[in-house]
Amino acid sequence: MGNIRTGLKNASRRKFLQQLALWGGGSVLAGGAIASALHYEHKKKGVPHIKEIAEHTHQLKVNKEALSELQRRGREGIPGKRWIWVIDLAKCKNAQRCMSACQQAHHLRPEQSHMNVLVMQASEHTPAYYMPKPCQHCDNPPCVSVCPVDATFKRQDGVVLIDNQRCIGCRFCIAACPYNARMFNWIEPLYAKEDANMEYNVELNLPQRKGTITKCLMSADRLREGKLPYCVSACPNGVYWFGDENEDVVTNGTTHETMRLSELLEKNGAYQLMPELGTKPRVYYLPPKGRSVPVKEEDKEKAIEYVHHFES
Amino acid sequence: MNVANEKVINDLLRPIGYGKGFLIWMSFLTAALVACLYAYVIQLKVGLGVTGLRDYVSWGIYIANFVFFVATSLIGMLISAVLGLTQIKWASPLARIAEIISLAFAAVAGLVIISDMGRPDRFLYLFFYGRIQSPIIWDVTVVTTYVVISTLLLYLPMIPDIALCRDRLTHVPKWQRKLYEILSVNWQNSENQQRIIRQGVKTLLILIIPVALAIHTVTSWLFAVTHRPGWDSTIFGPYFVTGAFVSGTAAVIIAMYVFRKIYHLEQYITVDLFDKIGKLLVLVSLVYLYFNINEYLVPVYKLKHADAAHLHELFQGRFAVLYWSVQLGGLLLPIILLLFKPMRKPLPLLIVAIFVIIGAWFKRYLIVIPTMQHPFLPIQNVPIEYQIYKPTLIEIAITIAPIILVLMIITVLSKTFPVLPIQEVESHEDN
Repeated sequence: MGNIRTGLKNASRRKFLQQLALWGGGSVLAGGAIASALHYEHKKKGVPHIKEIAEHTHQLKVNKEALSELQRRGREGIPGKRWIWVIDLAKCKNAQRCMSACQQAHHLRPEQSHMNVLVMQASEHTPAYYMPKPCQHCDNPPCVSVCPVDATFKRQDGVVLIDNQRCIGCRFCIAACPYNARMFNWIEPLYAKEDANMEYNVELNLPQRKGTITKCLMSADRLREGKLPYCVSACPNGVYWFGDENEDVVTNGTTHETMRLSELLEKNGAYQLMPELGTKPRVYYLPPKGRSVPVKEEDKEKAIEYVHHFES
Repeated sequence: MNVANEKVINDLLRPIGYGKGFLIWMSFLTAALVACLYAYVIQLKVGLGVTGLRDYVSWGIYIANFVFFVATSLIGMLISAVLGLTQIKWASPLARIAEIISLAFAAVAGLVIISDMGRPDRFLYLFFYGRIQSPIIWDVTVVTTYVVISTLLLYLPMIPDIALCRDRLTHVPKWQRKLYEILSVNWQNSENQQRIIRQGVKTLLILIIPVALAIHTVTSWLFAVTHRPGWDSTIFGPYFVTGAFVSGTAAVIIAMYVFRKIYHLEQYITVDLFDKIGKLLVLVSLVYLYFNINEYLVPVYKLKHADAAHLHELFQGRFAVLYWSVQLGGLLLPIILLLFKPMRKPLPLLIVAIFVIIGAWFKRYLIVIPTMQHPFLPIQNVPIEYQIYKPTLIEIAITIAPIILVLMIITVLSKTFPVLPIQEVESHEDN
C-alpha cells in the first residue's frame, strides 16, 4: 500500500516536473524569440534617423541611408515651420484657377483634382456656396495610420506627403480618408513618356507613377523655395491665406496682404471640416458670409441634390 | 480487421485516381483559368483603369471577393475545432472536407488581394517596410499563419489514411506511390505514433480557434478602422465571423453533395448527416441574423446624417433590390425553410446552400461598395464613370479566376486523398 502511494506520488511529481520543464522551455523559447525580434528591430534602427513628425503621437522613423537626397529632405520637412491654410469661402467664385494650376504643376489628368472646388449646401433653407477642398493635412492623419509600407507620411512641418516609389497601390489610404483627398493613377500618367527620365522629387510627386497614389502636397517644393503653393498664387479672388502657425502669420495669395493668423480665425468664426472625426485638420475655413457673387443656377441644383441625398 | 472495415477502406479509397472525368473537368477548369489570367495580363499592362474602380469607389469586387474567401475559409475551424473539441461526434466524418475547403480558400485569398494591388511587383515591400500600425500587416500575418495551421490540420490526421493509400493502392503511377510513401512518414500504426498524432492534432485544434477568429476579425477591421458610414461599426468583428460560418457551412454542404454523388459515397455521407448539417446551418444563420439586426437596426433608429444616406440607398435606393434579395433569399428564407425536415434532405438542402452561398458573396459586395459610393463630401467635377461603380468584364474575369483555382485545389486533393477520414468512418460504422 505504502509502495503504491509513493509510486503514485512519484509519478505525479514526474509529470509535474515534465510539465514544468515543458512550460519553462516554451516560455524561454518564446521570450528568446521576442527578445531577438526586438534586437533585430533595434539594429535595423541603428543607422541615422530622421524624426518625421513633431506630433508626439505619431513618431515614425525611417532608414536614412536607403533614401535619395531628395527623398531624405522630402521626408524630413522644413525645420521650425508649421504650415497652415485658411480658406475664405466668402471670396470663392468658382474660378477654378487653383485647380488648373495644381493640375499643371503635378502633371495631372483633368479628372484628377488635388484641389477640388465643390458646391456645398448645409440644408434646404441655407444658401449654396463654393468650397475649395485640398488635402486637410491632418495632424492625426487616418491615411498615414493605415499605410502598410510607410509610403505616406507626416512631416515635422505638418505636410502629409506620398512617396510613389514606395506605394504598393493597396488604396487603404483612400478608404481611410474621410475628405476624399486622395487619387490613384489608374492608368499610365499623363506625361509618363516626357517625365520618364526625371529624378523623382517626393515634394512635387513627379514623375507620377501608374498604380500609385497621388495627392495634394501643399506644394512642398514651393515651400522649400519660400514661395506660396501653386493654387494659392493662382487664385484671382483672394480666397487663400497661407502661412506658418509658429509665427502666427498668414499671407493672402492674391493681395499678398499679411494677417495675424489667430486674429483672422477669431474675427471670422473659422471652422474645420468634420472636426468631430478627430483628424485635426491643418486647413481652416472662414464661413461664406456676405458673398459678392451668387452661386450659378446649375451649381445650385448640384448642391440641393447633395442635400436631398443626405436628408432622404 | 473485419469484413465491414475492409469494405469501408475499399469504398473510401475507390475514388482516388485520375480518371477520364477528372481529366475533362480539369482541362475545362484550366482553359477557363487561362482565359481569366489573360484578363489579368491586360490589367498588369494597362493598370487598374481596366476595372470599374475609380477614386471614389476604389475598392470593389476584388475586395468583396477577398472578404468572401477569408470568410469561407473559417469553416475548418468551426467543424474540426469547435465541434471536434466539444466531442460532437456526427460532424467528425466531415472534418476533412471542411479542412480541404478551408485550406483552398485561405491559400487563394492571398492571391485575390494581390490582384487588387496597383503595384503587385512591390508585394515584398510589405515584408521589407511593413509598419505594425497597419491592419494590412496584421492581415498578412494572420492569414499566412492560418494557411500553415490549416495545412497541418489537414495533413496530420490524414497520415494514417495516406499510409493506407501507400499499402493498398499498388496500381497507381509511380510518382503517386512515392508521394504516399513520403507523406506517410513511415507510419506503422504503432501506439506511440498514434499518441503523437493525437496530441499534435489536439494542439492544432486549440491553436486554430484564435487564429481563425483573428483572420476574419482583422479582415473586418480593414473597414471598421475607417470613419466611413456603414463601416464605422464596433461589432464588425463578430458580424464578419458569424457571417463566415454561414457561407462556410453552405460550402461544405455543396461539397458533401458533390462528393456523395460523384464518388458514390451515399452510404457514408448519409441523409442523416445532411439533416444534421442542415440544422447547423440554421443555427449559424440565426446567430448571423442577430448580428444583422444589430448592425442595421441601431443606426436606422438614429439616422445620423451620413448613415441616413447610406441606409436609404440600401433599403430603398439603388442597392435595394440586391439588399433585400440577399437578406431575404440568402438568410431569412433559408432559416425558415430549413426548419422543416424534408427541406434538410440532400437535394433541397443543396439548393438552399447554393442560394446561401450566392447571397453570402453579394453580402460582401453590399458591405464594400455602397459605403464607398457615399463619401462624406459630394462627388463633383469628375466624369460619370467616377460617380457610379460598375464592374467591367475584365474585372469579373479576374474575380472568377480565384474561384476556379479553389475548385482545382479541391478537385486535386479529393482525387489524391480519401475525402472522408477512414478511421472516423470506421468507428461510426462500428457504432
